[in-house]
Amino acid sequence: MLEGLLLGLETAFSLQNLLMVVAGCLIGTFIGMLPGLGPMSIIAIMIPVAIKIGDPSTALILLAGVYYGAIFGGSTSSILINAPGIAGTVATAFDGYPMARKGQAGKALTIAAISSFIGGTVGVILLMGFAPALANVALLFHSAEYFALMIVGLSAIAAFAGTGQVAKALMMTVLGLILATLGESAQFNAPRFTMGILDLQSGISFITLAMALFALPEALYLVLDPKRSNTGGAGGEIKDLRITKAEAKKIAPVIARQSIQGFLIGVMPGAGATIASFLGYAVERNLAKGEERAEFGKGSIKGLAAPETANNAACTGSFVPLLTLGIPGSGTTAILLGALIALNVTPGPRLMVDNPSIFWAVIISMYIGNVVLLILNLPLIPYIAKLLLVPRIYLIPFILFFTMMGSYIGQNNATELLMLTGMGILATIMRFAGFPLPPMLIGFILGQMLEDNFSRAMNLTDGISFMWERPMTAVLLATAVILIFLPSIRKQLAALKRRGVADGD
Amino acid sequence: MTLDRAISGLFLLLCMVYGYTAFVTMEANLLPFELNMTFLPNTMPKWLSVLGVIVGFVVVVQSGPKAAEEIDPGEIDYRNLRQYKLGQAFLLLALMVAYALLLRPIGFLFATTLFLAGGGIILGERRFLVLIPVALFTAFTIWYLVQEVLGIFLRPWPWFI
Repeated sequence: MLEGLLLGLETAFSLQNLLMVVAGCLIGTFIGMLPGLGPMSIIAIMIPVAIKIGDPSTALILLAGVYYGAIFGGSTSSILINAPGIAGTVATAFDGYPMARKGQAGKALTIAAISSFIGGTVGVILLMGFAPALANVALLFHSAEYFALMIVGLSAIAAFAGTGQVAKALMMTVLGLILATLGESAQFNAPRFTMGILDLQSGISFITLAMALFALPEALYLVLDPKRSNTGGAGGEIKDLRITKAEAKKIAPVIARQSIQGFLIGVMPGAGATIASFLGYAVERNLAKGEERAEFGKGSIKGLAAPETANNAACTGSFVPLLTLGIPGSGTTAILLGALIALNVTPGPRLMVDNPSIFWAVIISMYIGNVVLLILNLPLIPYIAKLLLVPRIYLIPFILFFTMMGSYIGQNNATELLMLTGMGILATIMRFAGFPLPPMLIGFILGQMLEDNFSRAMNLTDGISFMWERPMTAVLLATAVILIFLPSIRKQLAALKRRGVADGD
Repeated sequence: MTLDRAISGLFLLLCMVYGYTAFVTMEANLLPFELNMTFLPNTMPKWLSVLGVIVGFVVVVQSGPKAAEEIDPGEIDYRNLRQYKLGQAFLLLALMVAYALLLRPIGFLFATTLFLAGGGIILGERRFLVLIPVALFTAFTIWYLVQEVLGIFLRPWPWFI
């Protein structure tokens, strides 16, 4: 491991890569602060830039920096204007915004930055231990196990979708998988489902789909409902960034607990930063006593530190399945996976063996990214926050324009823009009806890999008997089935219990 | 009928058409030597269509009208779309389509300036002296960054230059 670490240090500390981390963090913070552009949209926009860079380590370092920056930027807008740019920082607004209204915006930002820093750092350290161990296990996997593992990942994403949403999330996953079959199939080069349209022969571009699913609906929401971009004139003066020793003492145990909890949640596929932050908030509120608990939701520093630590630790955790198994656990890592494939790097257990410099450079640069956020971004926040004063009249056309540029410059094909608009309208309508969109993108990105592994496994065993003949495959597939049915079983049990209570009364 | 039921119904229909293509059309087009192969281009679509029909059916059955208090205040209530700025949204979408169609013929600089300025005008900006220079400046900066720095070709001028 030490050898790898040194290799990573060597790669990450080149001048170019250091600049990339700094640039990535700044760009991420800048754009992440704008309502309507979360990490997924920003990374999707940056992919053409990353591909142009060509060197996978440098490109991935840039994208990881952007990811971190975007999360931090999202917290900033949650705290300052109660407008979380992304779901992962919604819990930050619970206590961060009340603090800002009490005139403690500077303090809130500092706490957010420090908690993110520690959460991210602990996450990176855990990642260094976890990933190689998991990668060693993963080397034993064959295509049958990969197939099963992807099924587990996809069902976990659906299972974590929330009450009453499991079927909808599954439906979106299947839709994503179906979209992925457009174009050409595994092992055969004949077009399928293209309806004779030449532009569809290479399939739907995943950047276009990502933009259509996330950036465009969010921009349309901003147009439809002007209240969403109401910045309320905040973001002007931010003073007093310091926190006292007593406050530091108060939040230290929270940060310690949430770093580990957040990381572990992040490692699970489907449960990313969002769930980690909400769970972290809930756990800390339950642990707090008396007066401290009453303060939650009214500007408690513990209530701010908990979700901030947890979401950053979870972001790092979500890199574990991506880097070791090649399976993205969240929408953002799914986009990163797409970028990696475009850069001719196949993430998975072989990554550590074949391209150790990429693997370790990314880990080291995550750490550098954390430091950059803390020492570079924090003092700049009062200036960056001025961006929130940009009126929506300018903001919205720019968001739409960048969405289109992201999907256009990757392909240089204007038809892509028409597809983007069309799919964006459909995605907006689906969002109206409460269908979760990330499962669709993850299904789409995993679709091709799923089919590749499925075809290989089928060819090896001359049929689908591998599903029950290989013990590990069978166990994984059974896990997937349990995951899907677990929420409804729990609901039934709860209903039974409630009835029991009613009867007993 | 609620919107989510309508969408899942459409999804069900899509899966049936998809399944028909996989089970019937693609099967008929298989080449003779492919007939005894284990994995075929339509193997995965067959599985997906069956799965999709089952899941789609479950969602159709499950979905129903939501109680008013269940609607997240941050979300948009689609049953009350008129209270939102629908006109602006449609105009902006039309502008996006126009941009897609005009980008090649009239060149990146013109198309982008028109798009940004048009978007501002649709959203109610009337200070043209601010809007047009901002749009021009952005169009040029982005073009410069993409073409000169990133090296991705974007035709800047209309077809006749």
